[in-house]
Amino acid sequence: MKILAVSGSLRSESHNGALLRAAAEEAPRDVDIELWNGLKGIPAFDQDDEIDPPLTVEAFRDKVRDADAVLFATPEYNSSIPGALKNALDWASRPTASNVFRNKPVAVIGSSAGAFGGVWAQAELRKVLAAMGARVADVELAVGHAAEKFDENGALIDGTVRQELRDAVSTLVELTLESLLVAA
Amino acid sequence: MSTTIEQTAIPTGTWNADTVHSGLGFEVPYAVAAFRGEVTDFNVSLTDGALQGAARIASLQQKEENLTAHLLSPEFFDAERFPELTFVSEEIRRDGDDVEIDGELTLKGITKPATLTGTITGPTVDHFGATRVGFKLQTTIDRTQFDIRWNMQLPNGEPALGNEVTLKADLTLVQA
Repeated sequence: MKILAVSGSLRSESHNGALLRAAAEEAPRDVDIELWNGLKGIPAFDQDDEIDPPLTVEAFRDKVRDADAVLFATPEYNSSIPGALKNALDWASRPTASNVFRNKPVAVIGSSAGAFGGVWAQAELRKVLAAMGARVADVELAVGHAAEKFDENGALIDGTVRQELRDAVSTLVELTLESLLVAA
Repeated sequence: MSTTIEQTAIPTGTWNADTVHSGLGFEVPYAVAAFRGEVTDFNVSLTDGALQGAARIASLQQKEENLTAHLLSPEFFDAERFPELTFVSEEIRRDGDDVEIDGELTLKGITKPATLTGTITGPTVDHFGATRVGFKLQTTIDRTQFDIRWNMQLPNGEPALGNEVTLKADLTLVQA
């Protein structure tokens, strides 16, 4: 099973990127979690460019199409989804009726420096993904006070969060297995 | 050949839907008016007084393909996981032209009791010699009981989409 991991943060030392790397460490056997690093290369969505979409957009769509599921980890900017991530999803959501996220199992987790772990951004991201036609897993993992949960190398050092992360990945894997069975 | 047929009982024997001359649809309040949809791929039969039907959710027809895709998505009917709507009757009561049908409705994998009410016409012999019976039926369900919960808030604070959905069936059944 292939799970594409998408961080909503571009920062090289992002806690959300670190959370996804930890998720990859916790992936069950036969589950490959691949981190996608192409977010910064996605230009602003412009409907005029849809006839000949940027190669970076096509590459993102291909990655999603080829993955059995997508795991998002997002920070929260001004109580909502980071613009770069929303922009990439706006590209991926086209064409609306047959976009690569239709029926795709997805899960949303996240981390923030503050107390709440980006719960509002996560809620909005789930809403956006559902509107795009994705199959949104019943997963919630909001890692607050991120600086205390990761060490200086970005390694997840909090055992409770690590267990919650295992559970979140497990829920997404189960949902994805159901989808693979339906498709078979 | 006599064309006089008993008009007060539920027809016995086997009757199958003439799907060209039948229709299954729904109606739900949306914003300021009613929004309608229909499914085109279905089968319905009446066998020894028991009515049963199944409709392919993926055959839902809308005037706009993006809307169809949204309705088929996990937020609404989730056609990938739950490809069919089914109804199986348990009791049919006829009083003249009026009919009430108790049964079980399954939608999005959830089964609930439902009573269809409406009228029955016939049986009668058509212009080609086939014997037909017609049903005009409807029932109202709360879509949230079938895990169809999508909504948006209008600027006035009211929900855009109603929860009470009327399911409608206009059936022409032909004696097998």
